[in-house]
Amino acid sequence: MRGLLMALVGATALIALGVTGAQAEGKRAEVLHWWTSGGEAAAVRELANTFNAAGGQWVDTAIAGSGSTARPIGINRIIGGNPPTAMQFNTGTQMNDLAQQGLLRPLDDLAKEQDWKSVLTPAFYNAIQFQGHIYGAPINDHGQNWLFYSKPVFAKAGVTEEPKTWDEMFAALDKIKAAGLIPVAVGGQPWQLQLMFNAILLGEGGKELYAKVWKDLDTDAVKSDKFKHVAEVFAKLRNYQDPGSPNRDWNVATGMLIDGKAGIQFMGDWAKGEFIHANMVADKDFGCILGPGESNFMMGGDIFVFPVLKDKAATDAQTLLATVIMSKEGQLAFNSKKGSVPVRLDVDNSKLDACAQKGLTALKDQSRQILAPDVLTPQDIVQTEQDLVAQYWTTPSMTADQFAEQFAKVIEQAK
Amino acid sequence: MSTPQTAAGTIAGTVAGTAATRKKRHLSAYVALFPAFIIVLLAYVVTVVWNIWISFTDSKVLPVNIFVGTKQYERLFTTARWLLSLQNVVVFGILFIAGCLILGFLLAVALDQKVRFENTFRTIFLYPFAMSFIVTGLVWQWIMNPTLGLQRVADSIGFTWFRFDWIVQSDLALYVIVLAGIWQSSGLVMAIMLAGLRGVDRELWKATRIDGIPTWRVYLHIVIPILRPTIITASVLLAIAVVRVYELVLATTGGGPGISTEVPGKFIMDYLFGRGNIGLATSASTVMFITVVILVTPWLYYEYFRDKPRGN
Repeated sequence: MRGLLMALVGATALIALGVTGAQAEGKRAEVLHWWTSGGEAAAVRELANTFNAAGGQWVDTAIAGSGSTARPIGINRIIGGNPPTAMQFNTGTQMNDLAQQGLLRPLDDLAKEQDWKSVLTPAFYNAIQFQGHIYGAPINDHGQNWLFYSKPVFAKAGVTEEPKTWDEMFAALDKIKAAGLIPVAVGGQPWQLQLMFNAILLGEGGKELYAKVWKDLDTDAVKSDKFKHVAEVFAKLRNYQDPGSPNRDWNVATGMLIDGKAGIQFMGDWAKGEFIHANMVADKDFGCILGPGESNFMMGGDIFVFPVLKDKAATDAQTLLATVIMSKEGQLAFNSKKGSVPVRLDVDNSKLDACAQKGLTALKDQSRQILAPDVLTPQDIVQTEQDLVAQYWTTPSMTADQFAEQFAKVIEQAK
Repeated sequence: MSTPQTAAGTIAGTVAGTAATRKKRHLSAYVALFPAFIIVLLAYVVTVVWNIWISFTDSKVLPVNIFVGTKQYERLFTTARWLLSLQNVVVFGILFIAGCLILGFLLAVALDQKVRFENTFRTIFLYPFAMSFIVTGLVWQWIMNPTLGLQRVADSIGFTWFRFDWIVQSDLALYVIVLAGIWQSSGLVMAIMLAGLRGVDRELWKATRIDGIPTWRVYLHIVIPILRPTIITASVLLAIAVVRVYELVLATTGGGPGISTEVPGKFIMDYLFGRGNIGLATSASTVMFITVVILVTPWLYYEYFRDKPRGN
């Protein structure tokens, strides 16, 4: 009994040490994040090593699952008065509520001192601000509107050129279908369907329509003929999926391309991790298109936010961590493993793969830098639209008009 | 229920002796239970009241105290997914409860025929209930998936006409969840029903046999009315499972195809955590709470208060 009691006390002390470890010594930082898959964990380790080399002490609090599991845990800890030193968020509006309540540390001084404004793309520089103050240190930039295709499948079906318009694309898909293969590897989960819809909205609808829909939440744009045309293109893709698509995970869908069973997949650049894992080389075994249609780069990503802490030493650790995150070394170390692109465009990107180079070319042109819906619009609206997109996809009787009508209704209600 | 307590009380009372000590003992019982009362009060009543209050505020990621009236409710009842969730839970509830009761009763009757290896069968039937909903859901997801499960197997051995792809059809996927739910829970109903059947007086069976009444009629007109309390217990347990159905949907269809198998429990969890809209989530859970109260109150009244002696 006594032994058990001692063990319990010991365990509690250990947990307490881990949790409030920030107070223990100099530059100790407890970092809460949800990067737990193989490639992600490797990327975090790189960042932690860079931080430790700069005189910090990284205390890792990785929470398995996605952001929707980890974020509430972190937010609860912040409200409960036991915040981590730093916490991962996705770039964009996710941090706004916390910032509004005065729970996050503004980084204005640091950003000015290190001149974040000149090293970040304007779109991202705006995305880390809330009411004129900077609250986040961005770490990476994920392209979300990639269209990956299997070169062997294209070859087998007799598709010789990369489709540049949707007409060409549908012609290619018909050929793949005729060859007895699955044209589109669809992951039928709502978030994947919406990713697909957004890629078409940006590529076929163009960036102006995209901005009106996701940035201005303009209901007239949603009811326009162009938007309905996008909806029709999206709906037409239903004919090119296989019956096993509902509830399929994204990596399973990527696996269909790797196995040479399916032709194309709409997915973010994290899919490259799967291709690389299967020893496939970008632009040789698989191809990547930003489009078809207008070729823009839809940017999303991750940032770190820093809860307000009373302890001076912990605040110093935050400063050091933010500095490391924004440093060229930190950015390169992390992103070379993550499959994403550094947010600083002045980093030496020569080691990134062919698809990333394609993305970087697009990123050099500011007019082609487009922010993802998650960055522009509250989660709540984005995800309610996601339900609608999924419903539209699985309800062939719903017309593009009805879809546009309901899309507009969601915006009006949630505004 | 109270019999063992009274018996223990009597023995203790005899040992202790006087009435004064008995009173003291009651007091100490109340003192001992006081923390439990407080916990119940805080954990249930206060949280429910807080939940209802938050549903009238403009809370997004964080709970805030900005009163917005019934805005969240208005939005809730114009949200397609919520309306579909309600419709789904009603269909699921009716089919699931009816299916479990019928199958559970039939299984119990079968086992009650003095079959050999009864214990083995009982374990087999009860086994699914011991499994997590997540496992059940995954297994059913694989069995039903046309590119992985039964249909593919049938296809590969030549039965190409065989179609079993409800899970990928948005108008049929809900019935997959009903099937999976029944498969999992009817064993429990069987166990409860079997206990009830064993409680039926053997003399009754003898009497009906002498009168030459066919067995099915005895079950239908005599045994089932006797089993009424058992059936109610089973129904309440199943009804609770219906209201909180969440993991089964998550593991079987993930709410899909599209949003066709969404249920209120999943709606609340999604908006509470993933979607950062506490106001809408709490208004949804308030609606669920009120629905349950409306459904349960008449039943509680009927079962426990109706027959109280009124001393006419």
